[in-house]
Amino acid sequence: MARKHVQTTINGDECDFLCESNETLLSVIRNQLRLTGTKEGCSTGDCGACSVMLDSRLVCSCLTLAVEAEGKVIETIEGMSEDGNLHILQRKFIEHAALQCGICTPGFLIAAKALLERNPNPTETEVRYWLAGNLCRCTGYHKIVEAVMDAAAEMRG
Amino acid sequence: MSELVAYEEKNLKTIGTRPLRPDGVDKVTGRARYGADINLPGQLYGCVLRSPHAHARIKSIDISQAKALTGVKAVITSKDFEDMPSQVIPVGELVANFRDVTRNVMAREKVLYDGHAVAAVAATSESIAKKAINLIKVEYEILPHVIDVADAMKDDAPLLDEDQFTQGEIRVLGGDTTKEPVHDKPSNIAKRLTFVKGDIDSAFNEAHLVIERTFTTKPVHQGYIEPHAAVASYTEDGQVELYSCTQGHFTIRAQCAKLLSMDVSKIKVIPTELGGGFGGKNNVYLEPLAITLSKIARRPVKMVMSRNEVFRASGPSPAGRTYVKLGLNKKGKIIAADAQIDMQSGAFPGTPLGQATITCFTRYDIENVRVIGHDVISNRPKVAAYRAPGAPVAAFGVESVIDEAAKKLSIDPIDIRILNAAKEGTQTYYGVKFPRIGFEETLKKAKQHKNYQIPLKENQGRGVATGFWMNIGMDTTASLNVNDDGTIAVSVGTIDVAGGSRASLAMMVAEEFGIDSDKVRVTTGDTSQLGFNFVTAGSRGTFAGGIVSVLAARDAIEECKLRAAKTWNVKVEEVVWENGFARPASTNVGPFEPLSLSDIARNSTRTGGPIAGHCEKNVQGAGPSFGTQIVDVEVDKETGSVKILRHTIVQDAGKAIHPAYVEGQYQGGAVQGIGWALNEEYIYGVDGRLQNPGFLDYRVPVASDVPFIDVEIVEVPNPYHPYGVRGIGEVPIIPPTAAIANAINDAIGVRFETLPLSPPKVLAAIIGS
Amino acid sequence: MDFHSPSTIDELSSLLSNNSEKKHLLAGGTDLLVQMQSQIIEPTSVIDLKNISEMMEIKEDTDGFFVGAAVPGMTIIEHQGFSKTWPGVVDGVKLIGSIQIKGRASMGGNLCNASPAADSIPAMIASDAKAIILGSKGKRDVLVEDFILGPGKNILKSDEVLVGIKFPEKKNNSSGAYLRFTPRTEMDIAVAGVGVNVSISKNSQIEHAKVSIGAVAEKALVAEAAAKALIGKKADAGTIEKFMSEVRDLARPIDDKRGTVEFRKQVIGVLAKRALNIALERINNG
Repeated sequence: MARKHVQTTINGDECDFLCESNETLLSVIRNQLRLTGTKEGCSTGDCGACSVMLDSRLVCSCLTLAVEAEGKVIETIEGMSEDGNLHILQRKFIEHAALQCGICTPGFLIAAKALLERNPNPTETEVRYWLAGNLCRCTGYHKIVEAVMDAAAEMRG
Repeated sequence: MSELVAYEEKNLKTIGTRPLRPDGVDKVTGRARYGADINLPGQLYGCVLRSPHAHARIKSIDISQAKALTGVKAVITSKDFEDMPSQVIPVGELVANFRDVTRNVMAREKVLYDGHAVAAVAATSESIAKKAINLIKVEYEILPHVIDVADAMKDDAPLLDEDQFTQGEIRVLGGDTTKEPVHDKPSNIAKRLTFVKGDIDSAFNEAHLVIERTFTTKPVHQGYIEPHAAVASYTEDGQVELYSCTQGHFTIRAQCAKLLSMDVSKIKVIPTELGGGFGGKNNVYLEPLAITLSKIARRPVKMVMSRNEVFRASGPSPAGRTYVKLGLNKKGKIIAADAQIDMQSGAFPGTPLGQATITCFTRYDIENVRVIGHDVISNRPKVAAYRAPGAPVAAFGVESVIDEAAKKLSIDPIDIRILNAAKEGTQTYYGVKFPRIGFEETLKKAKQHKNYQIPLKENQGRGVATGFWMNIGMDTTASLNVNDDGTIAVSVGTIDVAGGSRASLAMMVAEEFGIDSDKVRVTTGDTSQLGFNFVTAGSRGTFAGGIVSVLAARDAIEECKLRAAKTWNVKVEEVVWENGFARPASTNVGPFEPLSLSDIARNSTRTGGPIAGHCEKNVQGAGPSFGTQIVDVEVDKETGSVKILRHTIVQDAGKAIHPAYVEGQYQGGAVQGIGWALNEEYIYGVDGRLQNPGFLDYRVPVASDVPFIDVEIVEVPNPYHPYGVRGIGEVPIIPPTAAIANAINDAIGVRFETLPLSPPKVLAAIIGS
Repeated sequence: MDFHSPSTIDELSSLLSNNSEKKHLLAGGTDLLVQMQSQIIEPTSVIDLKNISEMMEIKEDTDGFFVGAAVPGMTIIEHQGFSKTWPGVVDGVKLIGSIQIKGRASMGGNLCNASPAADSIPAMIASDAKAIILGSKGKRDVLVEDFILGPGKNILKSDEVLVGIKFPEKKNNSSGAYLRFTPRTEMDIAVAGVGVNVSISKNSQIEHAKVSIGAVAEKALVAEAAAKALIGKKADAGTIEKFMSEVRDLARPIDDKRGTVEFRKQVIGVLAKRALNIALERINNG
């Protein structure tokens, strides 16, 4: 079966790849493009570890076909720092110790960034419900929520 | 026996502060490399064929079609593994029966659970490997299966092992340990362990109040977000390089070496960044398969479990049935305690029997105790440790009965526990006499906590429960090198199981030297770089890793003093080390300017060579940790839904090296406990297959399910750690199940004897009452 | 696996009229890919609907809203006009899954997948929404409740595709709500779900009511007797009791790993009451 040639933009860079038509975007990102920051936790869309932005929408890359990336703009965790500086959310996660093993952290950061871009002043409840699609087993979510709310406050200035 | 390292009260510069996590930047940028992120040139992809049956004899396996598929480079079955006779062997410090380990890694005569590995394949791509798996033909003779622990204990239960006869041991405090006569009928009960202290029968007769109940819990899984992954490269000279996501790379090495009849030195295990373990990553699953496939294919083989496989074929925690009987006097003092804890161990023996029985009543000072525990095999995956293994199963029952007693005697639930609390000098029923411990402190602080005073509204309730874990030390090593610019590199065998041990160890070393913690870099070495290190489990990472790091630092500091003495041409006794500098011990010694660590390091070639320190120790003196938790709930009486309003943890850390990491451990463990209490369970069908091997229907808490978890760190220093550290990671998961059940009881007046406390159960109880 | 990405309805129609192999339609992919990953299905041909503009738009016509079949849930939720007009439907869409899932999952896909517990369906039924179907013989429309035949089964023939969902004009003084019960607060399949749409007259009597219950039968059901119990009445305790009991009588749930029969029967009544109250409150708040 001939593989498909896909042209897309990832973290601001144009890139292209070959893939099977039934391959997931997650698989291509990790295995072909070697952007291993996006993680596979469940491959059924239940854990959020594979979260990426696809044309400004927060999605699970494990439930997106790689061929659907054609002509689209993708953002992964590797693109989150700006000009060599950590994004405020990344800084706050470290400051608040909002990570332990860190495997869920990229997914949470992508999801939290998407939240704050839409709602710069979320309540604790809004943060928790927005992040319900990201599982964490180490932190109990406490410091993650604190870090997101602190980042939101700082981003509001 | 290694000596204990004493606690010293000091003014601390670094310990107790909150520097940024050294592994933080890698983790927030996605650079940290976990097992599945490793790729070796030329690697193949491995895939496992797993049994769809809970119990069956394997009649034949035909791998010919799989082998013939283009792109397949190796196919293995049990034929590729040596059988191991039944023999309990020390593997490092772990004890394992390799007859069982080899069978769990690859089924031999029988498959014993849904998901049991039967064959494995390595191919040039994942999709070819998956296709190949589907081409392997296995003929099974399906056998009756048994899963529930009570069913498995019955006389007429289907047997998993016709050669297993129950072994029993009775340990009487102050008396003998006797072995029970071996039964002549084979049984699924592998072991019975009994502890006896005093005379419970007379004591029960004298008791003013006797309560007895039987509780059951369901099996749960550690739920780490990172599936197991291993990448193995077996080269033509018989050497293996193995990347594994593990909590114990030395143990993995030992197990692989034994299973594959290799010298330990021929296997190098490189631990990858761990994406959660909680005890579930201490054992081999994929590693021997990946090595063997690589040996045949002569190429590296990468294997990653799917989430489905993690649930079905790694090491979840046991279900349990706990019988508890307490006898109390009028004042609420427990004078007699009896318990029987029956726990599944999955397909092979090895449930946390010792831990469940030891932790069962130990928080309390009770004169007359009997605890019986059973290790029972049944057709589900072999259990592994899950954060305080065994303790939550026992604590759910014990803490519920204490709560019931408190209510019946109209005593505050914290007061009744203070009355009975174990203290320094309390003689436990399993032998240990407690040194200085902090249980009472946590109870008293909990009682004073503002959350305990908040008035409750209608349909709301408050529950209290406590937990205890003995913690361990064990074999630990560290190698410390002073760099030529005066910064320090420490290589440890302690895996950072997410508790931030690399940071805490750096802080302890920095404290010893009197320098900033960002001048110390701690990395976990691979197995070729250090002496044997036990698995990072038992809450030993910061405790034991800390002790050897501190001793390695002291070793290096002695060397630094020697170098200063040489430079000044004085005796080493005339040099002291203070705040990062070597100084003359007094002005009498001479007018020498203090030498900093970097001064000494820069000069080290001239004074004798590079400066280092090291320590290898079977660490003793682990201090037990105790915790008290208060949970407030609100019950929706129309639907049975339970909402956690507030969750408070007061736990003794001995000394919180980095308070934020201690808080994080408390909060994370408590939320796992909340999941255990409310929603998590393995659901089996009548065919013995797991019905919910995924995160949709195996329901771990999400962010909107839990509130902020209020934490208070109590510090009663461990007398046997230089900074007073006690392991703390395991205790937090022990109290929540009972605390929540007690809170629901407080709200609606119904006592629950089974977990999880799911809405249908709660609603049925409300309607029924 | 063949992957097609038609950019017009006509291209789509001609792909569908070629009967040589079964074609799987891809909207959000959050059901299709899960089935592919678990190897429940191995499609040979997949058609991506998301490049067809009609499938991706939300239009407000004089006779009501039209929501394209592949519009992602988040887009529906963020559409202020639609959310204001059909809050009950949006309640359901909000519960389809996580934010990530809703970034892709569509109401059309949720409908076509026809899970008995689908979250968007009861409220769509309660709002009298119609499925707009295109086939080789042209367009037809069918009430949502008639579109679903059973668990995982819909009315589409092999050459047909759901183009979108058409909502009627909103009645005056009306609103709706959807509530469901799940063991966790989020990220679960509904154990029971109720969609309600009511309108009230000037004297607070219920003029019109349509109620649909989900996850308690092989498909979402229209609770006719329950709705009748509300018509011409005020929402007082007695009326609500009767309403709840009619809902419970209609429910015919099964025991499964997500809930028992008794539990679902009990809870469906509670949800119906609460959904009704939310809808009435929404009408009062204007």
